[in-house]
Amino acid sequence: MPRCGVLSVGGLMRLLALVVGLLLGASLPAAAQSTAGVSQGLQPMIEKARGGECVEEPAFMRRNHMKLLMHQRDDTLRGGIRTGKYSLKACIACHASQTSQSVNAEPGNFCQSCHNYVAVKIDCFQCHANQPAGIVAQQQVKP
Amino acid sequence: MKHDHTTPQPDPVATPSSRRGFLGVAAVGMAGILLAPGVRLFEIAQAAPAVGGASSKVRWGMLIDSSKCASGCTDCVKACNTENGLSGGTLPTDSQWIRKLEIKDTHTGATQSLPMMCQHCAEPPCVDVCPTGASFKRADGIVLVDKHICIGCRYCIMACPYKARSFVHEPLTQQKPDVPRGMGTAEACTLCVHRVDRGEQPACVSACADAGHGAIIFGNLNDPESEISKRVASYPSRQIRENLNLNTGVRYLGI
Repeated sequence: MPRCGVLSVGGLMRLLALVVGLLLGASLPAAAQSTAGVSQGLQPMIEKARGGECVEEPAFMRRNHMKLLMHQRDDTLRGGIRTGKYSLKACIACHASQTSQSVNAEPGNFCQSCHNYVAVKIDCFQCHANQPAGIVAQQQVKP
Repeated sequence: MKHDHTTPQPDPVATPSSRRGFLGVAAVGMAGILLAPGVRLFEIAQAAPAVGGASSKVRWGMLIDSSKCASGCTDCVKACNTENGLSGGTLPTDSQWIRKLEIKDTHTGATQSLPMMCQHCAEPPCVDVCPTGASFKRADGIVLVDKHICIGCRYCIMACPYKARSFVHEPLTQQKPDVPRGMGTAEACTLCVHRVDRGEQPACVSACADAGHGAIIFGNLNDPESEISKRVASYPSRQIRENLNLNTGVRYLGI
């Protein structure tokens, strides 16, 4: 019988059992720790907002914020109506990170963390300021 | 009379008359909703533009007196750059929303100074040529670029007889929250639309007044009682390139 050859059927089964066992053993402790997924970047890390209540329920905002912003941008720009409730400026004023002062400068910042998770590019901040008004003014005063 | 549709009515005869009664009340309500004593919806629609948005009852305009405009003074330009977050550079690739021009009569040698910016035409060529509808005129006469749908073709820049539009060539950061600007889009003087909507004057007008020149008056050309309307009615103001019949919102005195 040749020494080098294909693995016998029994050997293959043992190997399979070993792999399955290893996978199970690895996944169980991870599942037990509820925060493990977050720390590994498997879920978006939502930074806490600066103040008060959002203009709508968070669950509604998660699904519809883009529609609200799209609708109000036309009202504001073309109609000159600046009293709307769903202003991007107001979003940024409340959701800017306490550390980076921005909503998208770092991967963990409010807008960026979720958009990274769902792999959707944000175009807003190519033109719009990503920091609250006061912060932008302070940074421009510095030499 | 109050009816609950979920419970059976004890007296079916009463239903038609009560419905009729309700419709009558509704019709009276629609005809003239009295929000507060003496205030109707009809009157609110005609009120200040800041709340209800831009209104065609208003036509914002500027009157620039070039005899008061000091040669070499760039206060309006600096104020514009600060207000709108422009770099202040004057290279062909830098955005300039307002420029100071020195004009000279070659026969007499007399020189004059004046600021040049978007003239906020009533018939704007930039709007005519825009292939996407990004270039538009607001109901109150302010000509703007909707950068959400601008594709950066620069047709408007070619069409403007006043060389008023600029193109953003490079990525920008640190924009002003009230003045979004971005690479790949055309832009020009917005007549400080964010300030106007707050009821303030454009930055260049304030700066010129603060510097003591007071060469620029801003106001509503449709209101016969406004200062600008009285001035344009009593002095012969000029539009630049009048022959194009664009009916500019920016007019000049003393040129």
